[in-house]
Amino acid sequence: MMTTQAPTLPEKHYLNAGYGWRSWLLTTDHKRIAVLYLISITAMFALGSFYAALVRWNLLVPDGSHMSAETYNKAFTAHGVIMVFFFLIPSIPATLGNFLIPLMIGARDLAFPRINLLSWYIYVFGAAITLYALLAGGLDTGWTFYTPYSTVYAQSNVVIAVVGVFVTGFSSILTGLNFIVTIHTMRAPGMTWFRMPLFVWAHYATSIIQVLGTPVVAVTILLVALERIFHFGFFDPNRGGDPILFQHLFWFYSHPAVYIMILPAMGVISELITCFSRKRIFGYSFIAMSSLAIAVIGFLVWAHHMYVSGMAVYSAMVFSALTYLVAVPSAIKTFNWTATLYKGSVQWDTPMIYVFCFIGLFLIGGLTGLFLGNLGTDVHLTDTYFIVAHFHYIMVGGAIMGYLGGLHFWWPKITGRRYLEAWGKVSSLLIFVGFNLTFFPQFFLGYVGMPRRYHVYPEEFQVLNVLSTAGATILGFGYLFPFSYLTYSVFKGRPAGNNPWKAKGLEWTTTSPPPAHNFDETPTVTEEAYDYATPPKEKSALV
Amino acid sequence: MPLLPEQASSFAGEVDALFFFILGVSGLFAVGIWIALLYFGIRYRRRSDDDRPREIYGSLALELTWTLIPLAIMTVMFVWGAKVFFELNRPPDDAMTVSVVGKRWMWKIQHPTGHREVNELHVPVGRAVRLVITSEDTIHSFFVPAFRIKKDAVPGRYTMAWFRATKVGTYHLFCAEYCGLEHSKMIGWIVVQTPEDYQGWLAGGPRPDSPAAEGEQLFSELICSTCHDPGSSERGPVLTGLFGRTVALASGDTVVADEVYVRESILNPAARVVAGYQPLMPTYQGLVSEEQIITLIAYIESLQVSPSALGRQEAE
Repeated sequence: MMTTQAPTLPEKHYLNAGYGWRSWLLTTDHKRIAVLYLISITAMFALGSFYAALVRWNLLVPDGSHMSAETYNKAFTAHGVIMVFFFLIPSIPATLGNFLIPLMIGARDLAFPRINLLSWYIYVFGAAITLYALLAGGLDTGWTFYTPYSTVYAQSNVVIAVVGVFVTGFSSILTGLNFIVTIHTMRAPGMTWFRMPLFVWAHYATSIIQVLGTPVVAVTILLVALERIFHFGFFDPNRGGDPILFQHLFWFYSHPAVYIMILPAMGVISELITCFSRKRIFGYSFIAMSSLAIAVIGFLVWAHHMYVSGMAVYSAMVFSALTYLVAVPSAIKTFNWTATLYKGSVQWDTPMIYVFCFIGLFLIGGLTGLFLGNLGTDVHLTDTYFIVAHFHYIMVGGAIMGYLGGLHFWWPKITGRRYLEAWGKVSSLLIFVGFNLTFFPQFFLGYVGMPRRYHVYPEEFQVLNVLSTAGATILGFGYLFPFSYLTYSVFKGRPAGNNPWKAKGLEWTTTSPPPAHNFDETPTVTEEAYDYATPPKEKSALV
Repeated sequence: MPLLPEQASSFAGEVDALFFFILGVSGLFAVGIWIALLYFGIRYRRRSDDDRPREIYGSLALELTWTLIPLAIMTVMFVWGAKVFFELNRPPDDAMTVSVVGKRWMWKIQHPTGHREVNELHVPVGRAVRLVITSEDTIHSFFVPAFRIKKDAVPGRYTMAWFRATKVGTYHLFCAEYCGLEHSKMIGWIVVQTPEDYQGWLAGGPRPDSPAAEGEQLFSELICSTCHDPGSSERGPVLTGLFGRTVALASGDTVVADEVYVRESILNPAARVVAGYQPLMPTYQGLVSEEQIITLIAYIESLQVSPSALGRQEAE
């Protein structure tokens, strides 16, 4: 083995390309905007976690003596609204996607850099409005805003909160639009569609959902606000409206929104699993096309949230069949990832541990979806803790594990520095254990019949709830570790070098951190994605 | 600490069988993939930084295998689930009908005998019970875990559910759709009794009027008879023999005169006017409660002429 010189930071990079708050708040550099998003969504995640802690604290006892019903209802609503609209939906696309898509396809920036900055401002503006609603009085409708409760009966800040979510939707639409145009028009020479990293494919599919779905929910919640203010009879049956119509419109977006959360994480997994097994991805085109299949079929399954709402038996059957159909592409991905490891060279670094967590937990989340898509079992399980456990396995076990894995993997590229690997491994284990202890008991809780959104509950459910709260405590501490050591590494971490993981992909051919313009000269792509049979070319770290 | 809910209805066994079928199949897949992941992860761990594994692009045969096999298994799950769901939504003809009105935050229940209860439902074991469910305010959901049934109570419409209790006992009734402040206190009990005990319970209190009798009284109080009785002005259709019949509408369509149509005709009479009549009837929105509407429907249902219908009423 040859000895290598310790890497150093490049002289000029995007982080030191300008100083002062103006250089950040008026930047059009996709990398800096990604960092702005990273800071914003981390703050929202912390706030959402705080509300989760309140919920779990209340459920430690069956009699609701820890807080009033009103406080509890507002806590779970705030948890849901913040985590869904202000953390999970923007999480991977707005941070990693924003940072990496131009780098991965060999572009200097996104197609519309100013719109990219605008989308961040819209996000912050929307978040500020919703936070005002949550903090000044609160919101008690649940994140689903079901009518006619939200339009007629709720006594809380529905209109303001809804306006905030409405505004934020535009941030999501603009990001999606930007990605689609960028991927279509700004690929480097030789970067054909089927040479693109699967991360880019996943974001392409996600962007389609964002652009097509978000306007529907935006209009729907606007109707909620209009009915609340002007008493139009859209959803209120006493004014000739139909409350079930709201559910159809809401889930038409909000079910595909689940795929907005999980598809980018799937993209992350494809990048990581190839790098840490030094293998070409097994079945590239099947993984790429399954992302598109999920995006398309995902639009046709929404009413599986409504089997017990009194819908016609035959239409329920159609939605159930389509729901099973959308499970197939996810299964295809899982099998292909597993097969990728076969005869690979598997390195158990922190990002790879998150990959194992992701596949293992997403599997549980996905397979429990089979119980809920099923007409016979869903009747019993829906609106119980079974469904709470199911979607947390998808969103936390899946999306957040993918996000953390990706964050660790690209951290050296984003900051130019290494985090402490041992800390990474220990905390990933802590998060894995804490997560499972929190949510696995909830499957049992739901099956024995505890409904969700209950402030007080029968005593026989207490043991499982105590386990869940204990797990949430571990999980909460688990999240503090990456926050601490990653922040620490920004200032004190040792320089990473251009390609610390010896990964393939254009983002690793430029410096860490990359220069403001990404590449000194536009790269030309001559090989397929994940060509791990040939080692990555060493490029001098010096500029 | 119970990990399995009690099985106390004719559905419970079948829903659980389906549940454990899906659990078994998906458990097998999950464990298989976990083992494969860990085995590959350890067996093929990196031994040297110079490792360059041989390239594998993929395999069409494998892709087809792991697409088609899950698809086939899921088809079985779907069909089985659809069958159970079909049964859940098809009450037998001999079911006794109990009306359920959700209101924040209580369940108001009326038996076919006219007996009313709140947050409790007494039923005889072995008898099919059909629930006609609605809500006075926001959406609720009638959930009995031991029976494996759940159905939303939706304001402005009727939903149906049914069950046949198989075991004497007392079982949780929960509201499963978030309905505001006291959502978690909108709970109660289903009391399943032997037929004798149930008769005893019915005989316990003062004997109430039947829903149809209550409805008849209300019908005359609201002077519906001015227009709807035979020999009256007959500005509205005569209601005898109406219920369950297919009615021709002024619009040229037809409609089956069921609970939903009768309710709509009381609250929104102009929506679907019977052929040959003018939309003269005023709305009774706000003048009658959901429970009163249910008694009016029961009265109209009782105005039958056919002998088979008479026989059915006597049986009840």
